[in-house]
Amino acid sequence: MGLMFKDETYRGDFTFYNSPEAIRHFPFPFHEDKYMYAVNIEPHAPGPKGSAYEFPIDVDEHYVADMKDRAIVLAEDPLRCQSLPHMITAEWDLVELLMTSMSEAYPEHFTLTRNGDAWHWINRPLGIDDEFTFGDTSTLRYPPMEYITRQCQGDFCLLDQRDGDLWMDSGMVTSQADWSLDFDIGMSFKEWHAPVPLAHEVGIFDRALKFLLAMQIGRPVRRLNWTMTINPRLDTSPENYHKWGTDRTTVTPENVGDKVHLRVELQALWRLPRSNAIVFSIRGYLIKMREVATIPKWSRRLHRVLKTLPPELAAYKGLTRYQQMTIDWLAKHDDGAPTTPGVWPE
Amino acid sequence: MTEPMLSRPRYPGLSADPHAKLNLIVCEGEGAGAVLDLAAKAPDGFFSRAAILFCATGASGSTYQTKLESLQPANFWVLPSIATAMFRLKGVLATATMGTRLYAAGTEPFIGSVLQEALAVGIDFKSVFTEHRGSAKRRIQCVHCKGLTEDVTASPFTCAHCGLTLFVRDHYSRRLGAFQGVCVDAEVPGEVPPVEELYP
Ligand code: HEM
Repeated sequence: MGLMFKDETYRGDFTFYNSPEAIRHFPFPFHEDKYMYAVNIEPHAPGPKGSAYEFPIDVDEHYVADMKDRAIVLAEDPLRCQSLPHMITAEWDLVELLMTSMSEAYPEHFTLTRNGDAWHWINRPLGIDDEFTFGDTSTLRYPPMEYITRQCQGDFCLLDQRDGDLWMDSGMVTSQADWSLDFDIGMSFKEWHAPVPLAHEVGIFDRALKFLLAMQIGRPVRRLNWTMTINPRLDTSPENYHKWGTDRTTVTPENVGDKVHLRVELQALWRLPRSNAIVFSIRGYLIKMREVATIPKWSRRLHRVLKTLPPELAAYKGLTRYQQMTIDWLAKHDDGAPTTPGVWPE
Repeated sequence: MTEPMLSRPRYPGLSADPHAKLNLIVCEGEGAGAVLDLAAKAPDGFFSRAAILFCATGASGSTYQTKLESLQPANFWVLPSIATAMFRLKGVLATATMGTRLYAAGTEPFIGSVLQEALAVGIDFKSVFTEHRGSAKRRIQCVHCKGLTEDVTASPFTCAHCGLTLFVRDHYSRRLGAFQGVCVDAEVPGEVPPVEELYP
């Protein structure tokens, strides 16, 4: 079945919303009624049909709008896409990973034909039909990572592995939850994670790094992270914080259902074959409180998670100003009934 | 704060590398004091294999200059500013051979500049011996306009480029040699906490 791509915005009039199918598709992150950081890494194995985990790279009804928003961000701020020169092989690895995954999962929308190094890529939703030589940057209209990530939802980081560490040496980051690629580029795993509270002390990053360094080709893994966003805004970058920061003061008891969004990042990691680099994809999903409330288990659970969230996490995620109003709104959708384990709707 | 800022380099102090063919010592202002302390414990002949590049900032610049000179380094250069010192360092590093050990002593922005030059020629930052001396002032990159503001001693402060009022986030970039500055009143414009002299 072909996807219907919606014409919608993530800025200005904010017309973004989820269809009922997209709500069922949403990767709800809480498997129990409370939340704390953990080394929540699992195999990136195919999930149920219609879920965000069905295919390795998920394309959904928001695809075209996401790509339009990325193009707007890049036009305003080209530094959201940067790559150190030694990452060029990893960039080509990423082209291969994304083109093969997208064309295998969604043949009606994407077609890849390979004849040795002569590749032919067709992207129907975006009206792209390009022939190029794999490995020859001069045959593409953008550098390889930029070329393919202008056509794939979610932010991407390419991590170089050396000296027993991972280095963020490349990235396309236009829809981030308040961190700066331009500032973090060139940093090691623990350096770029420096601002995260509580997790360092309990060894979460030590264990996560050790795990990632041993990752193997063909065995991708994933984890979920989450925060909240006011208005369906993809570009909540620190670069533009002085422009979107005031959104956080616009929440009222009346508009919580439409303004407050749960934002989930489905983060998947692959070891890349030629470069031995790791790709880290950060695919963001937004859902309004009103949409969450259509799944009774989810609104009960989100209510309880927010009520018991450690204050350090709430502050780091920037929820403090509207957390209580959101809890009060969700309380009307929580009858106190027990919830079943796991993330799936009952 | 319960933990050190993990993206910020540590500056454990200078110690002599007895095996280096050339000890390239770059220091600024009070950082000269760290070099004099190093001299007290360095092996004989250490300074005959040393080049000292001194940036004579601060009140006691000329006193330090005389004392450093009396260590009789193989080369001794005095430069008037960080910019000129870095220009000279770039030139020296361009022709430096294997077996050169780099040392940096002075304020944090000064060390940051030296580490940037080292990075540019592929020297691993972990191999550079560093010691923080003098003011705790910081170099800050505004995350909004990307402008660098030098000599920041208080938070919040005004970005020298775009004029936004910034607080200093606990995050440091070695590539930029700077901390991160973020708009302090982005959520409620005008709501600015009192200025604190945090980095005198
Ligand atoms: C190797 C790929 C990864 C990259 C590129 C990455 C990147 C980032 C970045 C840029 C931040 C924001 C830090 C800031 O505030 O400036 C962050 C936050 C975080 N990361 Fe990672 N990360 C990676 C892997 C992991 C893994 C494997 C874990 C597993 C434990 C993890 C756990 C976290 C946590 C808990 C946060 C705080 C998130 C929040 O509360 O919103 N990260 N990460």
